[in-house]
Amino acid sequence: MQRPVEKAPSARGSRGESDRTSHADTGSAGEIVAQFEIRYTRFLDENGRAVRELPAFARDPDVMRPIYEHMVLTRALDRKAVALQRTGQLGTYPSSFGQEGTTVAIGAAMARDDVLLGTYRETGAMLFRGVRIAEILQYWGGDEAGSDYRGPGAPRADFPICVPIATHAPHAVGVAYAMKLRREPRVAVCALGDGATSKGDFYEALNGAGVWQLPLVFVIVNNQWAISVPRSAQSHAETLAQKAIAAGIPAEQVDGDDAVAVYQAMRNALSAARDGAGPHVVEALTYRLSDHTTADDASRYRSADELERRRALDPIARLRSHLERAKLWSEADERRLEEATAARIEQAAAEFLALPPPPPEAMFDHLFAQLPEALREQRDALVAAAAAHRAETVSGEEDGQ
Amino acid sequence: MSGAAAAAGAADQGRHSTLSEITLVEAVNAALAHELEADPSVLVLGEDVGVNGGVFRATAGLYERFGPERVVDTPLAETLIAGMSIGLAAQGMRPVAEIQFMGFIYPAVDQLLNHASRLRNRTRGRLSCPMVLRAPCGAGIHAPEHHSESTESLFAHIPGLRVVVPSSPARAYGLLLAAIRDPDPVVFLEPTRIYRLVKENVRDDGTALPLDVCFVLRDGGDVTLVTWGAATRETLEAAERLAQDGVEAEVIDVATLAPLDMQTILESVEKTGRCVIVHEAARNVGVGAEIAARIADEGLMSLLAPIKRVTGWDTVVPYAKLEHDYMPRPEAIVAAVRETMEAA
Repeated sequence: MQRPVEKAPSARGSRGESDRTSHADTGSAGEIVAQFEIRYTRFLDENGRAVRELPAFARDPDVMRPIYEHMVLTRALDRKAVALQRTGQLGTYPSSFGQEGTTVAIGAAMARDDVLLGTYRETGAMLFRGVRIAEILQYWGGDEAGSDYRGPGAPRADFPICVPIATHAPHAVGVAYAMKLRREPRVAVCALGDGATSKGDFYEALNGAGVWQLPLVFVIVNNQWAISVPRSAQSHAETLAQKAIAAGIPAEQVDGDDAVAVYQAMRNALSAARDGAGPHVVEALTYRLSDHTTADDASRYRSADELERRRALDPIARLRSHLERAKLWSEADERRLEEATAARIEQAAAEFLALPPPPPEAMFDHLFAQLPEALREQRDALVAAAAAHRAETVSGEEDGQ
Repeated sequence: MSGAAAAAGAADQGRHSTLSEITLVEAVNAALAHELEADPSVLVLGEDVGVNGGVFRATAGLYERFGPERVVDTPLAETLIAGMSIGLAAQGMRPVAEIQFMGFIYPAVDQLLNHASRLRNRTRGRLSCPMVLRAPCGAGIHAPEHHSESTESLFAHIPGLRVVVPSSPARAYGLLLAAIRDPDPVVFLEPTRIYRLVKENVRDDGTALPLDVCFVLRDGGDVTLVTWGAATRETLEAAERLAQDGVEAEVIDVATLAPLDMQTILESVEKTGRCVIVHEAARNVGVGAEIAARIADEGLMSLLAPIKRVTGWDTVVPYAKLEHDYMPRPEAIVAAVRETMEAA
């Protein structure tokens, strides 16, 4: 399993002549022309105690309380979604259990006008950015309309979740290119997993972002497992962050279960990108406490011991402990949040369950801006066949009564 | 765009409203220049499209005229080219990306199939993907291996994608304008064999041709020849030879391979009762198979003879020495027509 690299080779990238001179005498292996380092940052230990001086925002209730509340909300939504799936009311669902610190901090650090391009495990970021709970359930219930974010303040320019791995990384380059071309103070954020860093798409995107110095922040959400393949089998690189170095992009590792560390790294990277300093890569070291999806059984490939060890690092308990210590949160707050969260989830689930099924012709009606003449006959045939099938089903049910 | 620049653009257009005797690749260049001038959201990207002006010169002069931000030399990365076009398009830009040769387009297929063709559908119209992916296609220019394929049916099979193949300078100009202005993704395949083979006058007045319709290149009542791209040359030549023997062939340039305008084809077959489909691509599961199946389904009763196909062989496109043995020749088209004439 991947261990945080806290002490990496320490020389800075040497770009100037003076550096070259200072490294010149390295024997027969030749002179060192470039050296790099990857730093790892954590503010809160597993008990929520500060291990270094905290940034000011870590004591700001306006920043920290919404992060904590959305982490709790994300977990509650995951629980509800899994329960709905187990009772046949939702399709296959990928839980973010264990990754709430990372996913919520990503969403919290972004500005409204930034664009998120994420995977199916960025539910926390989506919630923070204004995607409605009922929309997320509608999507996983099998209706694409759930990706037509329509809530108040919805992130209308965000990409729908990316299902194939890393194929959205090049999209982020295009989004960021448009922002830079139009001189807009906006940033694209591309979140992807440890497995995604093995794909060429990721490298092509990193490379493009580096060449054009785009306002683009990649977050590698390293949850240690790509379905059944552990981080150790995914890459021999000490860190995944260092893959950015090949593209000339600064990169760092953070403790992904420490929301303060993720938020800090994201804020800095976003602010630098917004100011024209170019792209950045943040590798957040976290852990997928759930199965890959409801269709997966992780006990087939990972040990109960490992899972138990990682449960102890729970990002939610960790942040709560910090907030309580900093007097930003109380037992009463927690009770209120539990009740409010449960009510929100139940209300959203009820809304989701009451949704009518999408009309069959929806599969034609959003394929092109205008239905091509060539498809009209097929659409008509579908509508007729679906109506006949429904009529038959209804009359069958009536006969049965 | 500043008022002065707009005025200069208009004046420029006035001076050059007719481009005399230009080739297909020059027509592509003119269409790109026209849209870059007219619409600030249009940008051109790809390998060597900037400073170098494109390996086929399709983008020559655009870098100098519109600058490096809008005529973008990309790293050598086809997934990136296709994928970033999707990101640009979703942000309201109109990217026109070039893949240098058809043989290098396949990393882009993932992006076209999984994303470009379904972004609108996946978001119920919240995001869309008005991008064009241009690529040279086909054999006949003695190019290296992996430079001569006609794999248009791979793209025509992807729902949500338009596939357009021009067959003349004027159609290249008008169809590329339409493709760039279309609100959905278009794969625009340019037959290299006719890049410089024919010249004609093209009015550079920004008038687009319609997508999703066939063009009838020659009227005739005896047999319908359905084709597209470079093969229109051999097909028209075959039609001329047949005319000398009193057989009048109607020649249809399909132009937009998906979505397919079957109405024009069916109306012609209803009139002639005979159909020969000609394409350079391999026969197996080619677009010709779909056209033949649709005629069998919807026009069988008009047929006086079996539908014939004259196509590339179901082999790997051979390297330069044998490429001319691969492609449909006029004689083969004439022979296929004679077979249909003899059948009834």
